[in-house]
Amino acid sequence: MWEVALIYGFINSVILALTALGFSLTFGISGVSNFAYGAMYIFAGFVAWLLLNKLSLPFFVSALVAVFLTALLGAAMYRFVLLRVRGLVISEVIATFGVGLIILELFRYLGFTGFEYTLPVFSDGSLLIGHTYVDYQRLWIVAVGIVLAVTLYVFTHHTKLGLAFRGIAQDEHTALSLGINSDRVAGLSVAFGSGLVAVAAILILPRGTISVNDGYDVLINAMAVCIIGGLGSSVGVVLASFLIGYAQIMTEILSGPHWKMIISLIAILIILMVKPSGLLGKQKELEERM
Amino acid sequence: MKQRRKERIDRGIKARSDDVFSLNSYREMLYVALPPLTPVLLLIILPLALPSYWQKVLISTCAFALLAMSWDFLVGVGMVSLGQALFFGVGAYIAGISNKILGLPIWIDIPVATILGGAVSALLLAPVLRLRGVYFSMVTLVFPLMLERIVEASGVFGGTEGISGITPFPNSFIESYVIVFVTLFALFGFRRLVTTDYGLVLKAIKDNDMAVMGVGINVYWMKAQALFISGCVGAFAGAFITHVYGFVGMPSFALDYSILPLSSAVVGGMGTFAGSFLGAFILVPLSEALRGIGGLRIVLYSFFLVFFIVALPEGIFHYVQRKYQQFERWVEVDK
Repeated sequence: MWEVALIYGFINSVILALTALGFSLTFGISGVSNFAYGAMYIFAGFVAWLLLNKLSLPFFVSALVAVFLTALLGAAMYRFVLLRVRGLVISEVIATFGVGLIILELFRYLGFTGFEYTLPVFSDGSLLIGHTYVDYQRLWIVAVGIVLAVTLYVFTHHTKLGLAFRGIAQDEHTALSLGINSDRVAGLSVAFGSGLVAVAAILILPRGTISVNDGYDVLINAMAVCIIGGLGSSVGVVLASFLIGYAQIMTEILSGPHWKMIISLIAILIILMVKPSGLLGKQKELEERM
Repeated sequence: MKQRRKERIDRGIKARSDDVFSLNSYREMLYVALPPLTPVLLLIILPLALPSYWQKVLISTCAFALLAMSWDFLVGVGMVSLGQALFFGVGAYIAGISNKILGLPIWIDIPVATILGGAVSALLLAPVLRLRGVYFSMVTLVFPLMLERIVEASGVFGGTEGISGITPFPNSFIESYVIVFVTLFALFGFRRLVTTDYGLVLKAIKDNDMAVMGVGINVYWMKAQALFISGCVGAFAGAFITHVYGFVGMPSFALDYSILPLSSAVVGGMGTFAGSFLGAFILVPLSEALRGIGGLRIVLYSFFLVFFIVALPEGIFHYVQRKYQQFERWVEVDK
């Protein structure tokens, strides 16, 4: 049983990290709120499903198009909603949360619920690790998750655009004076974040059916990971994913699946009460919190 | 280069009637009295005039108006809540439990749920009072979801079934007028409260909490009090609705109770309470009239929310107020 917990805990942690990467890029690293994040996840899933089943495109193409469209949706949301309330943090949160609700509840209203809404796995079959079977899809998730996390780290620390992403969160005026168009960079950050969550959706959704309620869970998990890890800290995101990931699997094994989501919620509360800047966060500590 | 600019000037009647001592005609008295009297008269007449179905709509409108005003009050202290459902649900559950399990009569358990609900909400949020801005909002967003899932997972208080068979009100007139009077009391009470010295301190916490600390006021204690007041109003709405439906369960923590008050306050206009009140009286009957669209309700509220916050952040009330108190004209200006 402990072996199962160890392996599936690891996979669960990578899944969490993967779903949180986009949120971390947009909210944690660039300081732009995107609370429509969970909705983007579901949006990507349904778009891929529609392209695959209604237009009969090959899986690879529909996945790519879905990622692209989700990034476009993020950019459009930035251009038409966020740009107008930029800087008013609370308005940003409320407006993006509202956009997310519109997307999610619209899918629910249009009848996108049921068991037929599933995405295909990349490759069938499973691998025996020790005494535990792990299917290839989960291995894909782990591989892509690790690659993406490393890429993101390199991107935000060693490329011009990535440094601009971090720059606008640290000090927007200084960034402006150094020739960074903060509006455009923030828009790109939202688009990249949305694209990342779409990649996560394409990888993770084949494990079950696409359900609208997952949208809320994804948002909460991403929030939990980013807050606990500390905003702006890439290492913190990974650390927090492993903490919550293993905590979730342990509670699932010990006391049933109902309690699994509660772990993230309780973790958010505890970390905000005890150490509001997160485990490894340094950024903006004094400005936004007391 | 000549350009046009809109100039706004206070109406003469406003300038005269701002000072109570110079009210010297019925017209001026009417000008001053009309805005506060309209909601009072309307709410007193409506329960008599409406058919029984729309009376129920009025009741839920009032409940949402209460939630919206309690949201508005918290915003005035600098705490933006994304989870008024917490207050509503806590009030609803306390009322349900004390009525059904402890057997308290309705006239005792609603006040108990109001006070206790406010206290419990304040206590639950007390550890995160130090958080500001978005971080506080995140916690409030998380709380109702968490309580809902804890109820679901642990099965306490009826679990997914909820508690049903709660004592209803003796008759519909008492039912309507209780909530009507409480809503009016909350509306005018809140409006009065924010103009007192106490309200001034609360407002100062929003504007600059460091300055308030600097004069030796305990900001966290004041915030806790604000949470208690706001929580009481929200919990009353919950307790009341519980008795109207005769049921309390996980839906009491539903997203509706977080989003609709928020939308109402934003659509109506924040910071005046009258705006939140107006917003609720626009959105709830509207969604009831469009009942056919069913699940599209939340979409509609969210749409209004996003639209108003992006395009018309001042809200309807401020717009109407401006038209009432000022006239506008185009003037030529030199650039």
